[in-house]
Amino acid sequence: MTALIRAADLSVSHAGADLPVLSHVDFRIAPAEIVTVVGPNGSGKSTLIRALLGHLALDSGRVERAPGLRIGYVPQRVNIERAMPMTVRRFLSLPRRVGDAEAAAVLDRTGVPGLQSRQITQLSGGQFQRVLLARALLNDPQLLVLDEPTQGLDQPGIVAFYKLIEEVRARTGAAVLMVSHDLLVVMRASDRVVCLNGHVCCEGTPQAVSAAPAYRALFGAEAQGTLALYQHHHDHDHDHVAEGHHHGPACAHEH
Amino acid sequence: MLDDFLTRAVLAGLGLVLATGALGSFVVWRRMAYFGDSTAHAAILGVALSFAFSLPVYLGTLGVALAMALAVAHLTGRGQSMDTVLGVLAHSALALGLVAVSFVPALRTGLDAFLFGDILAVGKADLAWIWGGAAAVIALLAWRWQRLVTASVNEELAMAAGIDPARERLILSLALALVVAIAIRIVGALLVSAMLIVPAAAARGFSATPEQMAGSATAIGAVAVLGGLWASLWLDTPAGPSIVAISALIYAFTLVLCRK
Repeated sequence: MTALIRAADLSVSHAGADLPVLSHVDFRIAPAEIVTVVGPNGSGKSTLIRALLGHLALDSGRVERAPGLRIGYVPQRVNIERAMPMTVRRFLSLPRRVGDAEAAAVLDRTGVPGLQSRQITQLSGGQFQRVLLARALLNDPQLLVLDEPTQGLDQPGIVAFYKLIEEVRARTGAAVLMVSHDLLVVMRASDRVVCLNGHVCCEGTPQAVSAAPAYRALFGAEAQGTLALYQHHHDHDHDHVAEGHHHGPACAHEH
Repeated sequence: MLDDFLTRAVLAGLGLVLATGALGSFVVWRRMAYFGDSTAHAAILGVALSFAFSLPVYLGTLGVALAMALAVAHLTGRGQSMDTVLGVLAHSALALGLVAVSFVPALRTGLDAFLFGDILAVGKADLAWIWGGAAAVIALLAWRWQRLVTASVNEELAMAAGIDPARERLILSLALALVVAIAIRIVGALLVSAMLIVPAAAARGFSATPEQMAGSATAIGAVAVLGGLWASLWLDTPAGPSIVAISALIYAFTLVLCRK
């Protein structure tokens, strides 16, 4: 199938910085695929997202988006100014006004029904992320882009959120592109993982990446944990995620 | 009807608050209070230039306020330390304006009217400027409303929806310059930002949506104008500062009333 977004040889630098934030990054995402970008702080994850969305000037390379591609976007660290009164209902109508029925349905779908009249600033972190996701789903996106969507959530909240993402993908067939710090959970929820540190260190199925030396060099002990936990949870609840989730013998002997 | 100075004053004040209610809400949401100050203070320079070149005061003020607003918007976009830059600009603009005024003999004694406003001296031509300017501001904000609100909530979300946050900033700068120009005869350069901020801040307590806040800020501004003018007549106090003082009282009242 044709890619929703295809990028080749992306390089981006910030004004005044010596080193480019991204150098020679290739990227593609296919319909209905869940791709997660992981990497240490400052590795250019958010920059990659913004470059793919066309929010940034590129030093080199090009980004091709499928014609008419509908993207639902949840940016990193959305801060709603306390000085701004904003109900959940009103927020869903920004910038495109939606009907009450549509608003109710999408809140239902993301597991936060009935929040319409609540103030955004009074929501818990988990509720707010689900409202952001609901808003992103409103234009029936072919691609969901989520930049650290689980920031500020506790562990059960994180797990529940990724489960929701998988449900959305299963229901709508939307592709999902995520940036995440939650190595443990991400590894289970993704079809493909891209490990980024200014350039693409390694990419592939979660197993392949968690076994890759470059990934372990980058994340150290946490990488070991990923592998262990990935295998531990694998048989319980993620068998329905199709390709890329079978164990190779090399994985099984890791611990 | 327009022959009565008090009628003209009421109409001038109400024209102004029509524009300041909605725009002031944006100033509060986007933390542009200092931005408003620097634009308003620059207006004194505009007054001096208008007198020096025999231009209508509104044109000179609008031009200089617009230049200032654009300069500040440009600096905001460059990610300078805003607090410092605006602190520098707001007060330098005022100082520069006061220096410029000293070269215009006609202004030396009449400067108070432009620093603190002289709403009771508003004439019919002033009313035309004020209502024309207010109508332009309202039309501008109504036209861009959804985009402006989205960009004020979050610029990344706005960009993803195809909105250019820099363009919306420019729209607000333009509206701000217009408000400064029409407010200079009413509350004066020093109190323009008070008319923007205080009613909006008072409206925040009991508003659930941006639209409610803009509407309530307009209503509170209107009450402040009527109350201020009444107080000014009754107590023989300066009209512009009285209007602002009434808004401040309403703000204090809502703080107590809407305490959460």
